[in-house]
Amino acid sequence: MNKLFILAVFLCGSILYPRPAPAADAAHGKTLYRVYCTQCHGLSGDGKGINAPQLSVQPRNHRDRAEMSARTDDDLFKAIKEGGQAVNKSILMPNWDGNMTDDEIHDVVAYLRALCCAGAK
Amino acid sequence: MRKVIALGGAALMTALSVTSAPAAEAPAKIQKECAVCHQMSGPASPDLAARQTRKGPPLFFAGNKFRRDWLETWLQKPTRIRPAGDFAPDHAAKGPEGDAVDAASLSDHPAVDAPAAKEIADYLMTLTPNTALLAKEDYTPGRVSARIGAMDFVKFKGCSGCHKDTPKYGGFSGPELHTAWQRLQPPFIVSYIRDPAAWEPRTLMPNKHLNTAGIHKLANYLRTIGEKPEKAK
Repeated sequence: MNKLFILAVFLCGSILYPRPAPAADAAHGKTLYRVYCTQCHGLSGDGKGINAPQLSVQPRNHRDRAEMSARTDDDLFKAIKEGGQAVNKSILMPNWDGNMTDDEIHDVVAYLRALCCAGAK
Repeated sequence: MRKVIALGGAALMTALSVTSAPAAEAPAKIQKECAVCHQMSGPASPDLAARQTRKGPPLFFAGNKFRRDWLETWLQKPTRIRPAGDFAPDHAAKGPEGDAVDAASLSDHPAVDAPAAKEIADYLMTLTPNTALLAKEDYTPGRVSARIGAMDFVKFKGCSGCHKDTPKYGGFSGPELHTAWQRLQPPFIVSYIRDPAAWEPRTLMPNKHLNTAGIHKLANYLRTIGEKPEKAK
């Protein structure tokens, strides 16, 4: 019984106080973004990459503060890792889990936050 | 910047002025000359910086990838396979409507004469470090209707985001695929779609986690459009 109680307390603690994610590196995220994302999302992240004119769905403008503020970091992480369909968006946004590690995807998310909302260039 | 590109192009032309060298010397000479732009020995680098600075696709598994006859023909009259070069961000520029391919930043692959093309193709076909990857595949080429295949390619798999399946339709950052069937060995097509990172850790090709039937359907579509090109959409 005591063991069950301790386990329950531990689990509750884990939920209420999740282990902090390692600090994401927005600078590395910027490099990753250039390699994997700019082809569609644009050199400046405005959603107007070289592939955009041929796409049936306009890529997200990552400089749109209002739009990006409506997405949680978890949403962005999931969209990058599992692709657009995983977050009820276009299949044209591919899953990048075969190309980037989870840590790298967190770095991209950190860069997206800087791009949309901290005036990053 | 333009001068640097022009100079680079001139250097490339000089480096690739392959003439018939004595057979024993040829591989080393080809290795050295192709290495100006291509990685000639593996494995592919997992380094992100290397992916950003490379000028052409790796050739150290050329013998697993290309069809020999295509290589020999193409080397004599090369055409651009990747509309935005090997690394699109380096060949994109901001325009009034958004980014566009900066054609002036792209340099052409030099052509070689017929004996040199034969010699290079013969040598490249000896570069086969990934035969074990191909051996995992069991693919018998089939066919899919052009219409169904196009729908799968464009709508269901999203390949057209980066690749063209006709000369006029599809994205610019990936290699054109309406010529893929003539260019590539079928087992390579299947293996690369299944696990692109197994070939190149820093490939820009996503792994869509397709099942074997889905992969074969895409390969069959490339055959359909490659052997009997569709009219431009």
